[in-house]
Amino acid sequence: MSTAESPVGAHKGRRTSVRRIRRVPLLLLLVFLLLFFIGIAVDEPARVLEQARSVCLPCIGIG
Amino acid sequence: MERLRFWIQTLWLFLSNGYWAFPVSGTLYQGPLKVLCSPGLNCYSCPAATTFCPIGSLQQLLLGARLALQSGHAYLGTYVLGCMGLFGTAFGRLICGWACPFGLMQEMLHRIPSPKLGVPAWLGWGKYLVLLVLVVVLPLTVVDDFGLGLPWFCKFLCPAGTLEAGIPMVLLMPDLRSAVGVLYLYKLSLLALVLLWSIASFRPFCRSLCPLGAFYGLFNRVSLIRLKFNADNCTKCGACHRICPVDIRVEQSPNSGECIRCLRCCTEACQYDALSVEIAGHVWRTRPAPFDQPAR
Repeated sequence: MSTAESPVGAHKGRRTSVRRIRRVPLLLLLVFLLLFFIGIAVDEPARVLEQARSVCLPCIGIG
Repeated sequence: MERLRFWIQTLWLFLSNGYWAFPVSGTLYQGPLKVLCSPGLNCYSCPAATTFCPIGSLQQLLLGARLALQSGHAYLGTYVLGCMGLFGTAFGRLICGWACPFGLMQEMLHRIPSPKLGVPAWLGWGKYLVLLVLVVVLPLTVVDDFGLGLPWFCKFLCPAGTLEAGIPMVLLMPDLRSAVGVLYLYKLSLLALVLLWSIASFRPFCRSLCPLGAFYGLFNRVSLIRLKFNADNCTKCGACHRICPVDIRVEQSPNSGECIRCLRCCTEACQYDALSVEIAGHVWRTRPAPFDQPAR
């Protein structure tokens, strides 16, 4: 029985036709999603909002 | 495709700066939308800004990290970094090419007829240095007696802040005019220099100094949207390199950190289907498949 005819070979043949899922972007998405939710959990958005609502004088070249 | 890109850039310009009541209110937007992250570089002190600038906010959180920790708050920039990372992982520098208001401004200026100059490749390292030193290290480490640092990038370098916030806020708030000094004039000069450079070179700030571009560039190789190069179809005609506005050897490095994903190489240059766009594993051919394979 040749490899191509064997169930294992057939299985391998099917696997090559399946689109490979890239793991790195999925992993990165998970990591940054985790950071995002950690930020929400420690109430960082409220601090960001507070900062963004006021004029940052050094940022505009004053002070 | 370039026309579509222009309209999408314009749309993002107005989405990020959608508060046009500021001449009446006399101040910047104070609403809840400012909890949302602007994908591109867009100063949140701009009176019309409806979102926060990721680089500005990250610096503000890092420079106040010691004080925040002392007062029992873990404000370490995780929310902002999470937003930036999600954008970067999904889109890479596609955001620079399609959603950055300051990038659009530089592109508009580059349309002014003038002698055109390239940007030396070594200057590309500058933006990584700016990200590391001015955005992260100095705000975290150089602190005053109270433990508070400075927003080094915004204060000493960011021309977008001067254009979108510095000039309008000084015009809008007469009280600020008396506080204008050397720093303001220095930032105005820097802005003028960047704008003049933009006439001669394509997006010089994005390519040499922008820390947000540097951050997104780190994701270009792994982002969900990226370029796919098919070496079998490539005739090495060089058309992709000639059309690339940021001088990338596309056939050697299709997912270079310098690529802003204008997609001109795919849609306008390559006639042989050697370049396509991969979106989350699905290949999007930007032109119909040729009937004949290229001659070898």
